[in-house]
Amino acid sequence: MNARTLLTMALAAAVAAGPAVTTALAAGEMFVPLLVYRTGPYAPNGIPLANGFNDYFNLINDRDGGVNGVRIAFEECETQYDTKQGVECYERLKGRSPVLVNPFSTGITYQLIPKAPGDKIVVHSSGYGMTASADGRWFPWVFNFPMTYWSQASAFVKYVAQQEGGTDKLKGKKIVHVYHNSPYGKEANPTLETLARDLGFELTLLAVDHPGQEQKATWLQVRRLNPAWIYVSGWGVMNQVAVKEAAAIGFPMDHVVGNWWTGTEADVVPAGEGAKGYKSMTFHAPGHGFKVHQDIFKHVYDKGKGAAKREDVGEVLYNRSIINAMLDTEAMRLAMTRFGNKPLTGEQLRWGMENLNVTEKRLEELGMKGMLRPLRMTCENHEGNGTAAVQQWDGKKWTIISDWIEPMRDVVRPKLEAAAVEEAKKLGYVMRDCAKEK
Amino acid sequence: MTDLLYLVAVAPFTDMAGSPAFLVEVLLGGVFAGLMYSLVALGFVLIFKASGVFNFAQGVMVLFAALTLVGLLERGVPVVVALALTTAVMVALAFAIERLVLRPLVNQEHIILFMATIGLNFFLEGFGEMVWGANVKRLDIGIPDRSFIVRGVQINQLELTAALTAAVLVTVLALFFQKTRIGRALRAVADDHEAALSIGIPLKTIWVVVWSVAGVVAIVAGVMWGAKSGVQFSLSLIALKALPVLILGGFESVPGAIVGGLIIGVGEKVGEVYWGPLVGGAIENWFAYVLALAFLLARPQGLFGEKIIERV
Repeated sequence: MNARTLLTMALAAAVAAGPAVTTALAAGEMFVPLLVYRTGPYAPNGIPLANGFNDYFNLINDRDGGVNGVRIAFEECETQYDTKQGVECYERLKGRSPVLVNPFSTGITYQLIPKAPGDKIVVHSSGYGMTASADGRWFPWVFNFPMTYWSQASAFVKYVAQQEGGTDKLKGKKIVHVYHNSPYGKEANPTLETLARDLGFELTLLAVDHPGQEQKATWLQVRRLNPAWIYVSGWGVMNQVAVKEAAAIGFPMDHVVGNWWTGTEADVVPAGEGAKGYKSMTFHAPGHGFKVHQDIFKHVYDKGKGAAKREDVGEVLYNRSIINAMLDTEAMRLAMTRFGNKPLTGEQLRWGMENLNVTEKRLEELGMKGMLRPLRMTCENHEGNGTAAVQQWDGKKWTIISDWIEPMRDVVRPKLEAAAVEEAKKLGYVMRDCAKEK
Repeated sequence: MTDLLYLVAVAPFTDMAGSPAFLVEVLLGGVFAGLMYSLVALGFVLIFKASGVFNFAQGVMVLFAALTLVGLLERGVPVVVALALTTAVMVALAFAIERLVLRPLVNQEHIILFMATIGLNFFLEGFGEMVWGANVKRLDIGIPDRSFIVRGVQINQLELTAALTAAVLVTVLALFFQKTRIGRALRAVADDHEAALSIGIPLKTIWVVVWSVAGVVAIVAGVMWGAKSGVQFSLSLIALKALPVLILGGFESVPGAIVGGLIIGVGEKVGEVYWGPLVGGAIENWFAYVLALAFLLARPQGLFGEKIIERV
């Protein structure tokens, strides 16, 4: 064996050992994989989402020493918002024994839902994913709090009714839903169709194909229909083009309402002044004026560990991301009160998610008072009791302009339960009895 | 069955006859969109004409040009200077591509050159993002974006400007190819590399010129598409819109890119508006390809493509 062979063998051993060294968890750590998309066509949305998670977990680790002393280890994996790559990331990072995953893509969520019970990894699709999975009796491992697409769509209709002067005034009104032609974009359709039948408004569904760079035909149809309101469920470049097209045809922008994935700073940039008045749904406040932001500046950015540019802290998607991370860590904290201050198993964290109760007082302690409404989960209800609001773009910033709107739970929940039965059957799931688990 | 036939073969035409102003609007929308597709297709055609290479990186060149322009504008550079500097960057890129990518691959199979452009695509994509960032950027060079109405037909100023720009660009390119020495040399290279070399036409210079011109076309396409959707990564995906145009118009014809663009633009808009609702909408992307393939059945080389006859 010559020196060259020895060197080669040593290098090969180092390479083989490398991943084991970098991926090993230190004692007292919990691992959370971050499926991010910092590159690709959806990067403008993916970057603030990824940054928020990084900053909040760093805040918890550096300010508090972790969750009750258990540090959060996290690692990014680039999905480019591509379902196949997302599943690859999940499979790769599964080796580090995570107990929780935030897929940040409805497509990836659909693929991970069947894997969750076997892997014992909680799937948290916060404000996205499969609506039917909010029925915890059928989908114990999936959570979509603070709200589902269906609840959101019902809150939008409720808002329109308020603006029109009452639910009875919706009769005969035309509402158009311009949606991304994907499982995500189509999610709101069943709820809107039900409400159109029940409340008597005329609903037109207009699909836009990925990526949505060219939407002329869609907006020609909108112009011809001349609806009273437009609801947009888009993502990526589709959002920017939709806002721009709506402005270009002279549609009153305060009657165009995006869902909460269609109401970010990036969505209104290309339209410039034309985007003024554009609205979107949201479940939290924008801006960096909350105490949690001051803590992030002090404990993360001032130490040079910030993931975003300082001026981007407080963007809509950034805030959504830190709220998502906060809900996850609060569930960990709650689970530790029962199972002890040590790294949790998937089942233990699932208990924490299912019993999560973020009160007004707790929000104040977290520096998030006024940023979102209190939230409570149950075994049956995995979307919780979330409420929505409407925000409006004034040309410079987003501002919340409505009260918090309760979704039409009486309409949504029965449909959701029926859908859960259908979806669960496909996966061969059995309904559990939540009464026995209390 | 009768109902279906009525919905497919009668109702759309009744609809068109019932509101002619709307039909004109749809047709105009198609013409404007088609010219925008042509702008992208032109870049492909230019390079294919000169080297027989399908430049996979053309879409990213559009993105890179737009990113460079908007990056300069964001740093306070005046529009005219920024346009000149962006042109200089695209010309420099053409030199670099000729020196580093094409020259080492002279006499290689076309598929090798095609693979090289795939590499170039990913390099430019990553490099552009690294230098200018991945955020959505507003491109405002003063083109108005409001609509006006003429006899009940709504016309968008930005789209009208883009259409006129495309028309001017095509005219200039046609004159360049037909009337200038370098244009004629370029056509000679396109016809036969070796014959062109044997009569003293410098292949390297021609490649630099043609990649530079494709770069300038990419700037124009980037400006127009960037003004429409903001400058962002997705701009590179507009290459997908140019493919059916190329299939239809032929890979080596400038007029083909224009006529192909118009047919695809009008065809997909009319298809989406009048037939799309029958199948739930969102048909325009694949409808464009179906349209192009239908033409191919009748004319495999495309509308204006050259019929290749090889003696064996």
